[in-house]
Amino acid sequence: MTFEFELQELGEGIEQADVVNVLVEEGHVIQAGQNVVELETEKAVVEVPCPEGGRVVKVHVAPGDKVSVGAAILTIETEKGGAVSEKKAAPAVEEAPAPSAEPEQPPVLEEEKPKAAPPPPPRAEEPAEEPLVTEPPPAESPKRRPAPAGPATRRLARELGVDLHQVSGSGPGGRITAEDVRAFVKKSMTAAMSGLGAAAPPPLPDFSQWGPVERQPLGAIRRKTAEHMAMAWQLVPHVTQYDAADITELEAVRKRYAVSRGDAPGKVTVTVLAVKAAMAALRAYPQFNASLDAAGGQLIFKKYYHIGVAVDTEHGLFVPVLRDVDRKSVVDLAVEIEQLAERARQRKLGLEEMKGGTFTITNLGGIGGTAFSPIVNYPEVAILGISRARKEQVVRQEQVEQRIMMPVSLSYDHRVIDGADGARFLRKICEVLSDPMQLLLEA
Amino acid sequence: MAENKTQETGLAVIGGGPGGYAAAFHAAEMGMKVTIVDSGSKLGGVCLNRGCIPSKALLHVAKLIQESKESADWGVKFAKPKIDVDALRAWKDGIIDKLASGVEQLAKRRNVEVIQARATFADSRTVSLKYEGQAPEGAPSHLSYEQAILATGSVPAMPGLFKIDDPRVMNSTGALELETIPKTLLVIGGGYIGLELGTMYAALGSKVTVVELTEGLLPGADRDLVRPLHTRLTGLFEGIFLNAKVEKLEVRKEGIAVFMSGSGAPAEEVFDRVLVSVGRWPNSMNLGLEATRVEVDEKGFVRIDAQRKTNDPSIYAIGDVAGQPMLAHKASREAKVAVEAASGQKSTFDNTAIPAVVFTDPEVAWCGLTETEARAQKQNVKVVRFPWAASGRAVTLARTEGLTKLIFDPESERVLGVGIVGPGAGELIAEGVLAVEMAAVARDLADTIHAHPTLSETIMESAEAFFGQATHLYRPKR
Repeated sequence: MTFEFELQELGEGIEQADVVNVLVEEGHVIQAGQNVVELETEKAVVEVPCPEGGRVVKVHVAPGDKVSVGAAILTIETEKGGAVSEKKAAPAVEEAPAPSAEPEQPPVLEEEKPKAAPPPPPRAEEPAEEPLVTEPPPAESPKRRPAPAGPATRRLARELGVDLHQVSGSGPGGRITAEDVRAFVKKSMTAAMSGLGAAAPPPLPDFSQWGPVERQPLGAIRRKTAEHMAMAWQLVPHVTQYDAADITELEAVRKRYAVSRGDAPGKVTVTVLAVKAAMAALRAYPQFNASLDAAGGQLIFKKYYHIGVAVDTEHGLFVPVLRDVDRKSVVDLAVEIEQLAERARQRKLGLEEMKGGTFTITNLGGIGGTAFSPIVNYPEVAILGISRARKEQVVRQEQVEQRIMMPVSLSYDHRVIDGADGARFLRKICEVLSDPMQLLLEA
Repeated sequence: MAENKTQETGLAVIGGGPGGYAAAFHAAEMGMKVTIVDSGSKLGGVCLNRGCIPSKALLHVAKLIQESKESADWGVKFAKPKIDVDALRAWKDGIIDKLASGVEQLAKRRNVEVIQARATFADSRTVSLKYEGQAPEGAPSHLSYEQAILATGSVPAMPGLFKIDDPRVMNSTGALELETIPKTLLVIGGGYIGLELGTMYAALGSKVTVVELTEGLLPGADRDLVRPLHTRLTGLFEGIFLNAKVEKLEVRKEGIAVFMSGSGAPAEEVFDRVLVSVGRWPNSMNLGLEATRVEVDEKGFVRIDAQRKTNDPSIYAIGDVAGQPMLAHKASREAKVAVEAASGQKSTFDNTAIPAVVFTDPEVAWCGLTETEARAQKQNVKVVRFPWAASGRAVTLARTEGLTKLIFDPESERVLGVGIVGPGAGELIAEGVLAVEMAAVARDLADTIHAHPTLSETIMESAEAFFGQATHLYRPKR
């Protein structure tokens, strides 16, 4: 029996993916559940298993293809019986045995495949034979169906100029009600007024008039990052505070510890310690560990501490989230960050692993720079940026001393956080980082 | 002779059938000045005069006759009925007259002017009027309008092969005139018209044979819905030949000689009468459309957009002349859309479920997505069937051959299509149409109370079966 394997939904709202790798070939025999393709979605590379086993008759995709949910991936000749199995050369056998009263192909069944399950014996009642038939998934993506809305709702949408395909339905099975249409209109108006649905940018000039150019398509990850950054920038009134942490003692301790740990996994880096320092600050200033519900007029305080750490890879920017940092030791966090970063570099991070953060840290110190103004990772309200630490001459207690100073930048949402609190929060982080004992006690 | 006079109107409706008069009345309600131009002596078009209405009246009689034979099984035996064809014809004509005069009254009450003439377009804003016989006193020669709705309908298709100029070769119009009950009748074309008229004549006493080109009756309908009908018609008709073709017709004194080819069909046989029911052609020819910007496609349908506007901004088109399906109720819905669009509203024809009903016995009715379409479009659907053998009501009617089926989207559980075969399917389908149009989900149908004992329960139980089990039908777990 032929089975058309087509792409099922990959995740909420994800309609498309790029084919990175095809893991099987025509002629291969695969097991049910075996991974057959690798797809890149917005933020992750996902392996997709085929639910049926059998011989691969045709592979419909190649690396580089863009596929939508519903697209054909493979055609397989399964081992299941009840059909003309030896004549599998005919790809025209596209349908499952027709649901009908009469036993469809009993004579064929007798000769072929002894391991095939025999069809249920025909009963006295006729169409009761095949009462429930689920058709095998179709090869092509189905035609777009009309949006699910009754005539009255459709009329309302027409009058208001609303495209029903854009409206999410609150009714059963996603049915769109008149209320949904009105809510959509309200939302669009509000968004337009808040500038989110901003006017389209002026058209680009033809750059080639000034010199040679080359066009490259944006990858899925870059596209998603661009959208996220634009949205966060438009929505959040950003302020950035700058400060510097004296990490002389911390560095000394950290280096000693590194020597004693040797090559054990979980290198304790400045980032790891910064996570703990940030956590201490978040505990002291809970409004930094919250999200703003502007429409509802509420601040949502989170009672958990999940800190995202930005990882720069050749494929783009990823922010895996460390969960419950208050319950993990420094070493635990060090090991986890290492693993997440490695998976990020291999693009094996799951989408879920990048969701649910309450605060974000981005460390560019490894590369260099003196300070920068990171963009708040909406819907969080603050983000900590770290730049390169360096030896500086600092006046301490009337004496000039050489200390290692690490510049830190804190961007925050000024709708939620005022300057004074911003300064306090950042000062707290610096204080904790400047005293290893305090770090131990508070984090 | 009509005077060389141009009458003016706001909305000219060309054709007074179910599309035309619905449009005219709706427009009048909205305050427009409306004129209907219809070439027939009575309003109502084909539907009222030569189609839907007379055929349903006669099919009602046919059903009665058939049932009177079956009742012998139940302890009530009737003698063979005496059929007075003239009385039957008069009764049928009486119904037509009554309904046509009803439409006329409605037109009068709504101040809709009716001109009985043949309209031909002189330009985008004018039609010339040709009268049959003597033109009435003061009748205008032309009608000019702001906007027009073309609702000229369709005619029975008569391919050249069958045009042998003998009154014993009829189309549906001739068949419904019920001139006589032929001893033998060949129905060419196993679609709904052929089967309905064949059923009618068979009940009245003709030996009816059906020859169909494709591999099944009612091409386009799901096979599981046709099967019970085919089985019952096998008992009623002399013969049903599928995958068969009529090669030639010849006039003979004793009847029409028919030469057929294809599986099982007799190579040559003589029939008293032949009914040609192979389809209908849209009435877009000889209307002078070349004088306007209206465009017609290769099948003869007028090209329209979602608002039923043609390529000419002054002219709309609805009903059979504007496209498939050629159904009266599609025309009347389009009528409302076109009138609203003509009055400047943002109306669109966006119905998702147009019911189709075949008034044979058993009736067959469906709406929305059919299983046949779902397969052809490779859509992922879940089909649930409820056999009427498990319906108490069906057993009381001694009609358990029926079937109710629902077609669902497995993800959203939404009803995409409904199909029913069995007595009363034509009425039962209304619930299905509403369900599809309202984007109902399986729960909506399953959890709504349906009166007992009725055939409508089969719809509810089919929906219940979507979730695994229906009360009156046991399905072993797979």
